[in-house]
Amino acid sequence: MVEKFDAIVVGAGPSGNAAAYTLAKGGLNVLQLERGEYPGAKNVQGGIMYAAELEKIIPDFRDDCPTERHIIEQRVWLLGDDSYIGTNYRSDAFNTDRPNRYTIIRANIDKWFSEKIREAGGLQICETTVTELIRDGSGKVIGVRTDREGGEIHADVVIMADGVNALLAKRAGYQPELQPQNVALAVKEILFIDPELIQQRFGVKEEEGVVIEIMGKVTKGMAGTAFLYTNKESLTIGIGCLISDFKAGQCPPYKMLEDLKAHPVIKPLIDGAEMKEYAAHMIPEGGYKAIPQLYGPGWMVAGDAAHFNNAAHREGSNLAMASGRMAAETVLELKAKGQPCTAANLAAYKAKLDQSFIMKDLKKYRNLPSVLHGNKQFFSEYPDVINAAAHNWFTVDSVDKKTKEKQIMGSFVKTRSVLGLVGDAIKLVRSVR
Amino acid sequence: MHIVVCIKQVPDSAQIRIHPVTNTIMRQGVPAIINPYDLFSLEEALRIKDRTGARVTVLTMGPPMAENSLRKALSFGADAAVLLTDRKFAGSDTLATSYALTSAIRKLAEEEPVDIVFCGKQTVDGDTAQVGPGIATRLGLQQLTYISSIDSVDTQAREIVVHRRSEGGVQVLKTALPCMITMLEGTNSIRFGSMDDMFRAARTPLRVWSKDDAAADETKVGLKGSPTVVSKVFVPKPKAEKAKFIEAEGGTADAFAAAAVEAIFAAQPKLSTDLLARAAQG
Repeated sequence: MVEKFDAIVVGAGPSGNAAAYTLAKGGLNVLQLERGEYPGAKNVQGGIMYAAELEKIIPDFRDDCPTERHIIEQRVWLLGDDSYIGTNYRSDAFNTDRPNRYTIIRANIDKWFSEKIREAGGLQICETTVTELIRDGSGKVIGVRTDREGGEIHADVVIMADGVNALLAKRAGYQPELQPQNVALAVKEILFIDPELIQQRFGVKEEEGVVIEIMGKVTKGMAGTAFLYTNKESLTIGIGCLISDFKAGQCPPYKMLEDLKAHPVIKPLIDGAEMKEYAAHMIPEGGYKAIPQLYGPGWMVAGDAAHFNNAAHREGSNLAMASGRMAAETVLELKAKGQPCTAANLAAYKAKLDQSFIMKDLKKYRNLPSVLHGNKQFFSEYPDVINAAAHNWFTVDSVDKKTKEKQIMGSFVKTRSVLGLVGDAIKLVRSVR
Repeated sequence: MHIVVCIKQVPDSAQIRIHPVTNTIMRQGVPAIINPYDLFSLEEALRIKDRTGARVTVLTMGPPMAENSLRKALSFGADAAVLLTDRKFAGSDTLATSYALTSAIRKLAEEEPVDIVFCGKQTVDGDTAQVGPGIATRLGLQQLTYISSIDSVDTQAREIVVHRRSEGGVQVLKTALPCMITMLEGTNSIRFGSMDDMFRAARTPLRVWSKDDAAADETKVGLKGSPTVVSKVFVPKPKAEKAKFIEAEGGTADAFAAAAVEAIFAAQPKLSTDLLARAAQG
């Protein structure tokens, strides 16, 4: 006999968990399928977790959610060959009862979230890969097939939260193949370190954390960024660039990470730490223009599988949780009205997304991916010339300030020409408006 | 026919780390798994079930979180699961553990006589290989340890024929049921359960037994029932050295090979002279 559910959620990452929890909490008979050995086994995230979206789903998550440190300081660094220039923002006001951002070890969060889903009455089955969608004669999705014997399972609606590769939607013909310029490959290490050293080196207390977002020469002219996060008793350091750049470039990802770790401004921060984990994952970075069809008869897609990632602001898991929740709420609303999950009815999901920060933010940055992809000077020449300018400006050597200004302006013009500088400024401004 | 498979939830020893400062085992974040040796016994029990229609009950003693291992065993195809859990069991050594498990097996036998008890050859955390034989001794079962294959199970004649690895060869043994079996590693590989098994594993209510449910004598379990004394725990010095990235100009295979040899000789200067001496000897 084929089992039948109100809804099937594929994947136990942030979007799948948000969807499954919302559905179970809403009283529906929901099945969540995960290919990993346990929820989180296959998942990789930097990671920073933004509280607002999780709070909407589980308001009292802070009671037992295994976060690492709440963030009280944000640094943004532009790396030169042996220097950085950057900005910091630190505030004691981030030390509240309800912090906004946390560093996390992602697998711990997924496990915790899954427990909540089971408590809410959701059925969760791991180590089971969904191989394809099952459709009826009219093309409506009526269930899924898994890699296990007797693997056919039916449901009124299937929410695909299967991650960046979105294999299910691709196999069903709902999405095209990923383009290398729309996907980043990021590698990261978790480095074990005595918490005392974290406190000393970053000037924080036990529960407080620091985030460093990094751009510059270390990506060897490729479009990409790096990061360093403080966890409870480890540091997470990582770097990622567009796959199209890795493909064309001469530097493999692990080498780029090694170079980052050896950089003179990074090395002292991670000195003495022991590598605990190495992970790599793809990140959807095509932005607004790469968003695929989001719903159809009997199906919706959420999270990374829907390309919901704001690369400019390093936001992904919050978009994932929000979209998973919205997909689930769409189903709950239809069920309450006794209406079927047709494509026309599921259009409400798209409407919710359009009204939310997800689509608004992604639309705002819709031109950024192509600008950064086509203008590598932002990752090579600018970091150099800006760092050199700072070096010149802060070196006190009896050269008068007016001459220094001229030298600095001259170095910019020499690198990019006046027209180039103006053009770059226009491109950057346009790409974020 | 009724088969009981005893399993243990253990920390995945491949992922255990030693705290660099305090030299203690860091349990945090180390995934719990079914003792890998138990899976060979579980699979063999399931194969007997396939052949004879036997009923397979999995049994474990452990903390409440050991439920995960029992559910996993159910997902492979076991029929029922019993979790023996009680604060009174805490601190049990192998003597006390085999007693507690034996008590539970006796209880199970009251419902349906037990024909075969399967145990893992040993655990990856304790490595004693004492619990299986302990159970066999207490229950008066024929003991078949280090079994590499089960050739036949005759439910009518109540006989079993097995291959057993022994020092200097292989024994082919025939014995009467009931018996206790521990399987050698590598003799089979655990199956991939069906979708029905997965649903059943997720939904089957576990039987959770306390010390009293198993009718275990309080003086024979836990620390009270454990004569073993741990006199000292120490961490052996790790032998492995940190990995080193080797660079080579030009990036050719020859250049990498030369750089690798150079790095090896740099780390072990003696090796170079040894090799030269040997080469000189022809």
